[in-house]
Amino acid sequence: MSLLSVRSLAAFYGDFQALFDVSLDVEAGEIVAIIGANGAGKSTFLRSVVGLNASARETIRFDGQPIGGRPTHEIVARGIALVPEGRRIFPSLTVEENLLIGRHHGRGGRWSLARIYELFPVLAQRRAVAGPALSGGEQQMLAIGRALMSNPRLLLLDEVSLGLAPIIVHDLYRRLPSIIGEGTTAVIVEQDVSQALGVCDRLYCFQEGRITLTGTPRQLTRDQISAAYFGV
Amino acid sequence: MDWVNTIVQGVLLGGLYTLFATGLSLVFGIMRVVNLAHGDFIILAAFLGVVAIGIAGLHPFLTLLIVVPLMFGLGYLIQRGLLSLTLDRGVLPPLLVTFGLSIIIQNLLLEIFSADDRRLDAGWIETASVRLGGQVAIGWYPLIVFAAAVLAIAALQVLFSRTALGRAFRATADDQETVRLMGIDSRHTYGLAVAIAFAIIALAGVFLGIRTTFSPDIGPGRLLVAFETVVIGGLGSLWGTLVGGVVLGVAHAIGAKIDPAYRELAGHLVFLLVLLIRPQGLFARPVRDA
Repeated sequence: MSLLSVRSLAAFYGDFQALFDVSLDVEAGEIVAIIGANGAGKSTFLRSVVGLNASARETIRFDGQPIGGRPTHEIVARGIALVPEGRRIFPSLTVEENLLIGRHHGRGGRWSLARIYELFPVLAQRRAVAGPALSGGEQQMLAIGRALMSNPRLLLLDEVSLGLAPIIVHDLYRRLPSIIGEGTTAVIVEQDVSQALGVCDRLYCFQEGRITLTGTPRQLTRDQISAAYFGV
Repeated sequence: MDWVNTIVQGVLLGGLYTLFATGLSLVFGIMRVVNLAHGDFIILAAFLGVVAIGIAGLHPFLTLLIVVPLMFGLGYLIQRGLLSLTLDRGVLPPLLVTFGLSIIIQNLLLEIFSADDRRLDAGWIETASVRLGGQVAIGWYPLIVFAAAVLAIAALQVLFSRTALGRAFRATADDQETVRLMGIDSRHTYGLAVAIAFAIIALAGVFLGIRTTFSPDIGPGRLLVAFETVVIGGLGSLWGTLVGGVVLGVAHAIGAKIDPAYRELAGHLVFLLVLLIRPQGLFARPVRDA
């Protein structure tokens, strides 16, 4: 049984349909990448999984249980954490408070405040600083740390490379496998195809709300990916 | 020396005004909603005090033990059951709904209690005073109210800055969508925020009822006092609300000393002055963007 199982998922923003009949599986322990151009529906997909976008009950199953249509705070409590697009750290809270609130509804596990500070020493140095004073890269580390604090079984990362300098992106992706670690499953939404290919076990390509390609990095050629990405 | 007395009275009056304002400031700070029925809920609390005394013959101070929990629960229910339906729909629906509540409360109270003036009789404490340095007299009762206001503000400050619930409040005020990703039910958080605000409203109502006569129609006047206090003190600052209350209280006291008819005018003039010189309020927190 897959950890996350999605069948015929549709998503709407008002009258605009962003996802059409999306079906995919994520097995426990995998790192799955979702690539695609802007507006392909990748972020919408992650938002649907955590309940920020409405979905039908049976379209999403986590650990065998249907979670479609459940409120977000309930879904998250089952062990899913999302690092949202644009970081969305809380400006009124300090770095440490942002991390602590990530633990609000957490389970026990390897991640604690101390371990997050070990992982991202720059956060420890700036623990009493308010969120907005951090650089883009630091904010991204904070957002990831905040998600890890709940010790999730499924970690969803939405466009972590957005707005960051290439060297920061490179460093982040280099460390990502150890951040995700043993026992955690991850779905990474990413526009930067090379970074995604370098770190995932399998990938899905979205284009205009549909899945156009799936496979492992070794199986797929550059041409195949381009075709699926741009729909040409 | 008489002026010193006046100013001291004004400062202590500021304690009551602070209690008026804190609930309003809390709800606006977390939910960006101005509760137009705020003053009427204060009067409602005072009348609940009347009922508690009528049923159980309690001393007015003891009615707090009943009125505060009752208002706490009422606040939670009103938020979850009514006000939550008006959020995320723009500025107008909360204003309209709370305006409607204001009218309903006033007329309900009028129907049940009639238009007669009421007092909550607290006995000797109302007029007891202590003399300082010959000319200045400080009433025990205003001092108690002022102390209660300071305690309430201090308690809220601790709640907001040192507790997990306080973190949840601040985060929900920042970004109520992302806060749900933390596993926090923002509907419940809003409910608690209004519940706490109503608990302070309960304090304000009972203390008002002891200090002065009240009737069903004086709610909107209290809303105005609360509103001016919050604006003078600055949005987002709890201690600022205390300063705002003191400034307004002193303005009212000095105005009344010159001529009783000038009492509220003096308050409005100070309010306008603050708007002209420092419109964000004396202690406004800077608005931060991520």
